[in-house]
Amino acid sequence: MATGVAAWLPFARAAAIGWMPVANCPMPNAPGDNSKRQDELIILNISGRRFQTWRTTLDRYPDTLLGSTEKDFFYNEETKEYFFDRDPDAFRSILNFYRTGKLHYPRHECISAYDEELTFFGIIPEIIGDCCYEEYKDRKRENLERLQDDQEEIKDMKLPNMSFRETMWRAFENPHTSTMALVFYYVTGFFIAISVITNVVETVPCGSTFNQKDMPCGERYTVAFFCIDTACVMIFTVEYLLRLFAAPSRYRFMRSVMSIIDVVAILPYYIGLVMTNNEDVSGAFVTLRVFRVFRIFKFSRHSQGLRILGYTLKSCASELGFLLFSLTMAIIIFATVMFYAEKGSSSTKFTSIPASFWYTIVTMTTLGYGDMVPKTIAGKIFGSICSLSGVLVIALPVPVIVSNFSRIYHQNQRADKRRAQKKTRMARIRIAKSGSANAFLQSKRNGMLSELLELTGKDEEEQKSMSLLESQHHHLLHCLEKTTAHEFVDEQMYEQNFLEMALQTFPSHSPSTASHDSPAVTCCSRKERRNTPLPSADLPPPHPSSAHQSTLQELSTIRIHCGDPLLHSTSRSNLNMKPDDSCRINSKSGRITTAIISLPTPPALPSDGDGLHRPPKRRSHPPTGHPVAPSIQTTASSAGINIVKVSAL
Amino acid sequence: MGALMVIFSLQTKQRRKTTDSVEDELELSTVRHRPEGLEQLEAQTRFSRKELQILYRGFKNECPSGVVNEETFKDIYSQFFPQGDASTYAHFLFNAFDTDHNGSVSFEDFVMGLSILLRGTVQEKLIWAFNLYDINKDGYISKEEMLDIMKAIYDMMGKCTYPVLKEETPRQHVEIFFQKMDKNKDGVVTIDEFIDSCQNDENIMRSMHLFENVL
Repeated sequence: MATGVAAWLPFARAAAIGWMPVANCPMPNAPGDNSKRQDELIILNISGRRFQTWRTTLDRYPDTLLGSTEKDFFYNEETKEYFFDRDPDAFRSILNFYRTGKLHYPRHECISAYDEELTFFGIIPEIIGDCCYEEYKDRKRENLERLQDDQEEIKDMKLPNMSFRETMWRAFENPHTSTMALVFYYVTGFFIAISVITNVVETVPCGSTFNQKDMPCGERYTVAFFCIDTACVMIFTVEYLLRLFAAPSRYRFMRSVMSIIDVVAILPYYIGLVMTNNEDVSGAFVTLRVFRVFRIFKFSRHSQGLRILGYTLKSCASELGFLLFSLTMAIIIFATVMFYAEKGSSSTKFTSIPASFWYTIVTMTTLGYGDMVPKTIAGKIFGSICSLSGVLVIALPVPVIVSNFSRIYHQNQRADKRRAQKKTRMARIRIAKSGSANAFLQSKRNGMLSELLELTGKDEEEQKSMSLLESQHHHLLHCLEKTTAHEFVDEQMYEQNFLEMALQTFPSHSPSTASHDSPAVTCCSRKERRNTPLPSADLPPPHPSSAHQSTLQELSTIRIHCGDPLLHSTSRSNLNMKPDDSCRINSKSGRITTAIISLPTPPALPSDGDGLHRPPKRRSHPPTGHPVAPSIQTTASSAGINIVKVSAL
Repeated sequence: MGALMVIFSLQTKQRRKTTDSVEDELELSTVRHRPEGLEQLEAQTRFSRKELQILYRGFKNECPSGVVNEETFKDIYSQFFPQGDASTYAHFLFNAFDTDHNGSVSFEDFVMGLSILLRGTVQEKLIWAFNLYDINKDGYISKEEMLDIMKAIYDMMGKCTYPVLKEETPRQHVEIFFQKMDKNKDGVVTIDEFIDSCQNDENIMRSMHLFENVL
């Protein structure tokens, strides 16, 4: 049941009278309201500041400190008040949570102090209202990042059991981790620089010999340059192969931008080696040399700034595209106009519209080379309009791009954040909903189990303690079941029933489905059938362990499932241990203790992380009773039966 | 030139929007309801003073404006039935509580309804249930109305039920209901037939007393 609507439970129960004339079966008895406490005022003394509230206000959230009996530890007999030695300012928002059902995050509070207060009072931060949740999460993330920055050195520590491959990869990615990595980093950087400089110097005229014209150095010292080029390509090839070997995911590495740049940088050389003999394609060979300039991009591994620039351009692509598009439009318009304006004049340079493109671009970017100038008056007029508008067309989109980029970048971050948050929040809401539904199903099984355990003569150690609100809500749901002559089941059973009905020709042999044969039942006959698979439960056990075994087997045929969301729940004492783990709303489900009877012998099944959609399976725990997850407290009772106590938030 | 026109029209549209929103705000602020005095309510209902106080405190906490509209009503009611869809039934329930049919349930409506349901005689409760089922308030429950109500109730169960809910289950249930209630087999159930049949049914009589200790 969700928060804060406890006040409406009486109304919902009263409205259930509307189902009564429709029902065909007798209704279950209502839970007795034996505690007819009058509503009283409670005084909470927080470090001297007194807050007063009704007891029922605090009782709304029975799984928090103030709503449960845990506050009795803080009761001061002399002053008849509850004293807490905590921050009174932070307590305001906590108490308001009880009053209004919404938890707000006060912006002036320090995030870690607020978190501590929430943990102390047993309130999970996920229920912070929508108005304050984003702020809370932002602050929390900032804090975490700040803490992470302090711990950066730890990250670079060598993990003990890294394979050679992983070590190499780490060396490649973080050069400052080891000396070898640093050496490698500098060597490759040096050779990239050498290669680039070689490419440049190759074309510089080197001074003439004899009567020949100035030759570029490349043609004069061919061998030397060829050797340098070979050496660089050797190094780059070796580096690429080493990276390929060390990469954790080779396919992903090969698709990455850096590796493509590497390949493009070294490929021309090999192609050139292969093609030197063929004179026909020497033109293409020359073109290939141009690609050698891509080696300069290898520097981006060495420079963070280059990478950021690349990312900026990539993320701003649509704005740049718009700029380009508007420029193109303007160029075409003005080129056309200039062409037709200058058509009349003789010996004009504006021979065609594409030829006028050059003039338009040079004019609009205010370069003004002067190699093409209009001669007619109309041409000059349009030329001046062109240059004036050029300033506008160029100058306007750029700040728009800049601001757009900044806005979109931040918006994207926020949208991603919100999307991620939304997913977890929807999951949490779903779990809480199914949790409350599961709470009802659990209590039904509880009722069943306690009946059976009474039959076997074993006395149940734990008392089922359910809050009055919870029992009333369950009674309401039970009445609905009786009215419609259908039962609530959880998804696993539903899917199984669905499958069974679909394959009605296959009688299932597993004992777990023995109790579900015919779909059409009336409510009264169903009750009898449910009791029939347990004939052995009526027999008094001669020897405790063996009879328990048989009883247990019978009991397990009823497919006792631990509701999987309950595994996620943390008992309140563990809230301090796992503050990030809980994903539930503080609901009214109270302390629900469920008993899972398990077979002593089978091996422990791993606890389900997300078992809502898995097929049902018997949950067994090893008889030693060690906890499967820290949130489940197991107490071993007599005869080696484990009864797992799970408290749901 | 065209750009100037576009900018101009945008401005006028914005100005119109602001005036509309001011009027909307005025409208919203007037929808706040204060209930009649405690003595009057005490006289009209069968609740004691203390009970009325507790009821009003809870009511006002959830609905600070003093009235519940249908959306809020549906939300609140749906919280009790997490597995299914309680909105249709909540709609019928809302109409049953909203006796003056003004689209909102004030505290008086709320407390009158509760008074009948929790403290009324069996006759009054049955009349209330009849009014709930009689959707168009014509004094007869037809099969279509009953089918709507039945579907709404079954919707609250949701999908995951045992046995699996089939299409014709509500219809069958309606047939059973009519067989029991419709004495003269004319296809509708009048209020007298309804009350008579219910009084003859032991289960129903017993269940009418079920929720008497709710407050």
